Amino acid sequence: MSFLFDNFKGWKAYCEANNLKLYEPVMAYEIAQKGRTASDIWAGLLNAYTVMKEAVETGLTEDMTSRSGMINNGAKKVYQNKLSVLSPDFQKLIARALAAKEVNSCMGRVVAAPTAGASGILPGTMYTLQEIHGLDDQSILEGLLVGAGIALIIEQRASLAGAVGGCQAETGSAAAMASGAMVYCLGGDIDQVFNAVAITIQCMLGLVCDPVAGLVEVPCVVRNASAAAIANSSAQIALSNVSAVIPVDECIDAMGEIGSSMESRYKETALGGLAATLTGQDISKRVLIQDIEILPDEESFD
Amino acid sequence: MAEKSSVFDMIGPVMIGPSSSHTAGVVRIGRVARRLLGGQPEEAVITFYNSFARTYEGHGSDRAIISGLLDFKTDDKRIRTALDEAKSANMSYTFKSKGNASTMHPNTVKLNIKAGEKQIEVIGESRGGGLVNIAEVNGFAANFTASAHTLIIFAKDVKGSIAFIANVISHDEVNIGTMSVSRKGKNDQACLVIEMDSGLRPISLDYLRGLSWVNELIYIPDIDL
Repeated sequence: MSFLFDNFKGWKAYCEANNLKLYEPVMAYEIAQKGRTASDIWAGLLNAYTVMKEAVETGLTEDMTSRSGMINNGAKKVYQNKLSVLSPDFQKLIARALAAKEVNSCMGRVVAAPTAGASGILPGTMYTLQEIHGLDDQSILEGLLVGAGIALIIEQRASLAGAVGGCQAETGSAAAMASGAMVYCLGGDIDQVFNAVAITIQCMLGLVCDPVAGLVEVPCVVRNASAAAIANSSAQIALSNVSAVIPVDECIDAMGEIGSSMESRYKETALGGLAATLTGQDISKRVLIQDIEILPDEESFD
Repeated sequence: MAEKSSVFDMIGPVMIGPSSSHTAGVVRIGRVARRLLGGQPEEAVITFYNSFARTYEGHGSDRAIISGLLDFKTDDKRIRTALDEAKSANMSYTFKSKGNASTMHPNTVKLNIKAGEKQIEVIGESRGGGLVNIAEVNGFAANFTASAHTLIIFAKDVKGSIAFIANVISHDEVNIGTMSVSRKGKNDQACLVIEMDSGLRPISLDYLRGLSWVNELIYIPDIDL
């Protein structure tokens, strides 16, 4: 019987009782629940990571202008800027997270991890971590499995969908996956990995989903960059043994509670927040189709 | 208890952006419609309803539906340039938008597609995460997801036909997941949709196709292959 990823406490106990690394119960879960072989799973993860890296490169080299025009080659501008706010590595991290997410907004190929709206966070963080620390692919793939385990728990205890839990459920979950994966890849122990997840969730709590014109562009793209930065700050804090104080399972429950009490105008409906601003409404009128035949009530077909 | 999610739902799917319900799901509806027609459409009239009506350009659902009709998969990079690809494939298309279709799912698309003498109407719903429901085919309630193996039979409404078909497919040891039957009227045209966990043998399909009361048989083994 594989572990079913209903909470972090159980994941840790399962690893300790069976003397397993964090990724191993995730692998066993996929084999047991989906009937896949270990070699197929590794191959699938390698393919996913390859697509993530391609998305980063594509976003930094090809034209990234969205149909609405709101997204317009921002990643390249960040990457090429001669002024670094912190360090060139931090600048690259931000540019890469933007790049992969811009590819998504511009109809390129990405990995939804966990969702398309958050598809820049794992590529930006893992690509940069691998480069800085010279990690091999196997280590990154194990990290992605740890990230998947984190997401499986969040999906069960809270949500991964913006329409259900707001932006915290999408970019927050992706940042938690990234932070946990990074701490794992850098040799952190189970407590440190889970502490990174808890701290990341604490930093992302309450974020609403308020996309301008309902498109996955503004503020989604820049939030992928900020989420990647938070994943890194949380990893740094957790690896230094600074406690999140509130245990990770309880942080996830708080995210679920906030998500369920969030008003629907903040859940991907484009009725509140940035979408409801004057400029947001102007953009909406400009980019959305206005030539719509409105059917009379109580009649659905022509 | 719902089906457990996969690791590859968390790290995946690999897809063309920007959104699984506006691109991946719409591509899959187009792929189903193409199979229902039985080949490459020459003409397509595509009507987007409700939420789709306003956002289909911004989300690229127009290019997604054309991609499906051209048989592209959900991770095909050509989706972005599908409108040009349609020209090379000599497929003409028209888009329409309709709002306030209160009885329809928020993300609904209707396809009227034609190849030679054959034309069909398909209504599909994109339900999130790339999952779809094919609500209607030629006015018949269909309600299948195309995630499993789907058998669609248009036949005369004769007594015992459903039991007969179920008996034939039982020889292939398939498990029927869902079944829906609808008809125009008593002793008129009927439509039977069966979703199965595993596939049927060609010989079984040929046998069913050859029955005098079967007008048309469409088999969709796996929409993503």
